[in-house]
Amino acid sequence: MTVAKMDARKDTWEFPISAGSLVLWGLVLLGLVAAVVRYSQGLGAATNLSDGRPWGLWISFDVLCGIALAAGGFTLAATVYIFRFKRFYPLLRPTILTAFLGYALAATAVMFDLGLPWRIWHPIVYWNFHSAMFEVAWCVMTYTTVLALEVSPVVFERFNLQLPLRLIRAITIPLVIAGIILSTMHQSSLGTLFLLVPGRLHALWYTPILPLLFFVSAVAVGLAMVIFESSLSASAFRRRLELDLLSELGGVIPYVLGLYLLLKLGDLTLAGELGLMFEGSAASVLFLLEIVGGVILPIILFALPQVRRSRRGLFRSALLVIGGLILNRFNVALFGLKGALYVPSWMEFAVTVGLVSVGLLVYAFTVQNFPVLHGFVPRPKRPRPRLRKLFPQLPAREGYGETPLCEAEAFPTSGSPSQALSRDRKPS
Amino acid sequence: MALSRRDFLKLAGASVGGFLLTSGRSLASNTTGLPENEVSMLYDATKCVGCRACQNACREWNHTSPEVDPAGLYDAPQDLSSDTWTLIQLYQEGPVWSFVKHQCMHCLDPACVSACPVAALQKTPEGPVVYDTSRCFGCRYCMMACPFGVPKYQWERNTPLIRKCTFCADRLAQGIGPACVEACPTGALTWGTRGEMLAEAKSRIREHPDRYVDHIYGEHEGGGTLALYLSRVPFEKLGFPNLEPRPLPDRTRGAMLAVPAIIVGMGSLMSGTYWLRTRHEKDGEEEQR
Repeated sequence: MTVAKMDARKDTWEFPISAGSLVLWGLVLLGLVAAVVRYSQGLGAATNLSDGRPWGLWISFDVLCGIALAAGGFTLAATVYIFRFKRFYPLLRPTILTAFLGYALAATAVMFDLGLPWRIWHPIVYWNFHSAMFEVAWCVMTYTTVLALEVSPVVFERFNLQLPLRLIRAITIPLVIAGIILSTMHQSSLGTLFLLVPGRLHALWYTPILPLLFFVSAVAVGLAMVIFESSLSASAFRRRLELDLLSELGGVIPYVLGLYLLLKLGDLTLAGELGLMFEGSAASVLFLLEIVGGVILPIILFALPQVRRSRRGLFRSALLVIGGLILNRFNVALFGLKGALYVPSWMEFAVTVGLVSVGLLVYAFTVQNFPVLHGFVPRPKRPRPRLRKLFPQLPAREGYGETPLCEAEAFPTSGSPSQALSRDRKPS
Repeated sequence: MALSRRDFLKLAGASVGGFLLTSGRSLASNTTGLPENEVSMLYDATKCVGCRACQNACREWNHTSPEVDPAGLYDAPQDLSSDTWTLIQLYQEGPVWSFVKHQCMHCLDPACVSACPVAALQKTPEGPVVYDTSRCFGCRYCMMACPFGVPKYQWERNTPLIRKCTFCADRLAQGIGPACVEACPTGALTWGTRGEMLAEAKSRIREHPDRYVDHIYGEHEGGGTLALYLSRVPFEKLGFPNLEPRPLPDRTRGAMLAVPAIIVGMGSLMSGTYWLRTRHEKDGEEEQR
């Protein structure tokens, strides 16, 4: 059994150091320097935020974009576990891991942005049901926990911990459903936050359906992120790309983005504000860039079979969707919002870049040591470098094999633990 | 069948829950009493001579630090800040001029109170919008939400708090009026119940229609405020936003009330789909992965 094989080798940890990872470590270090300034000198010294611009880069990018970009987690979990399109399972684990890291990083960024971060738990005891921020706080806390539980089988399998594995498999379906509900709530509530600022937010973005737009765009970008992240890890870890699955996911994007476009333009038409986008102001240019480059163009590209079937076409089209979403969140939270002039300080950039680097490093470490990616085969104990010099005929280090390991064991067809277990015992 | 029955029960439960939530809200707002009985202050810009006694009285009572001019001679704040909770500014355009007093407007339905996730900002039954320093965790959503840009932050501090005018709620509790009103030597500032202040403002406009624009700022703006203003200069020139009578929190209310429906709707949709799809699987038509 593969699990037993893995058990025997669990003391082997892969921690390769490459030029790329050294750069990332450097960026983390820079972020740490900024963190020291922020926590010792305060927000005023570390950031360019002011009374006229109370929310800046950390809210716009780390929180709003970070959480939207992590929407692949609930979208794909729904696809696989609820809609039962199990062929997508190979994409699920890396996506859930990415989502978990996305939420963990957003939560860490909040620890930087809050004036009194040691009170981050206050929404648990002090309630205000009228506040969208209160809802977001609760949903992000609970959904991060859900994601941690959804990721946990990866760790349990690595250490061959059967009891917690059984427990977590027994509650997988309720967990996934809870995750979908929580995501629907807070992805949209991030939009609700801005319903309170009609006087500040430009009419091209202010609309009562902002929560709905935030939710639909999060679903679209979640799918694009699956393509983006699979393509990146395929080239980084020299793996075969699940091109068929990704093309299929890409084929769904035009429908989701199409719905978004319909809602957005329909809403502007009904409000009689369609003409605003052609007035030539900075806001109208940003709006057109967002809608044409991040919505219309990807709809066309993903609708073309030849684009969907090429690695490069898929990757570039996904990049457009991601870029469009990031621009949209910045437009809503920063560019389209009246306030004092604001350019983030180097420390704000350093914290953001440092956090993303931490995410990339943790992702790389996890997929190299835990059964996350499809076909993970634990590497045999590495012969010592000196030994390899003396005996070059020793087997080279193995990479990812073609043997599917995790999904055959981890995927219960039903929520009931007994059935899940009986499936486990079947030889794969 | 069993599932759809359960869903029906869930839906029923949620509707009852939603109803309770709504009725709870109206009950809560009624316990604060009628708006005309809340405390209020009237600032008559035509009577203000710009002496800034109100500004100094505010400093003295609230122990805020002066913001001195570059020469270090005068207390000369440029804008409301964490240290300046009320501010007299001069508006001048050609021969037309006026002073204007900035401070927290103490809305009847404040956006900051609805925004605050930890209920650190609260509206007292007497009217003032007050701030509980022990609850705030510094998200600054109140600063985003306030249409008047009133809540200010102690950016320079390592344990920053939101600072703003409290309508001297602590003085009111002792039975004395707000520090700024008590300090005003010309009668530009008066205080009383909102009903009295509105009646006073209306009678002043009626008696001297030549002296005022026919508008009491704060009567309807954003659902109404406790700080009421009279002026001979149109209010947008004095830096006041043009707000519709609909209170800002109304705009998020719909989305927040939809939350129970989202929970029930999405929950039953997903459970139903799962049930349908797995029933399908047991029929032996399991999809290949």
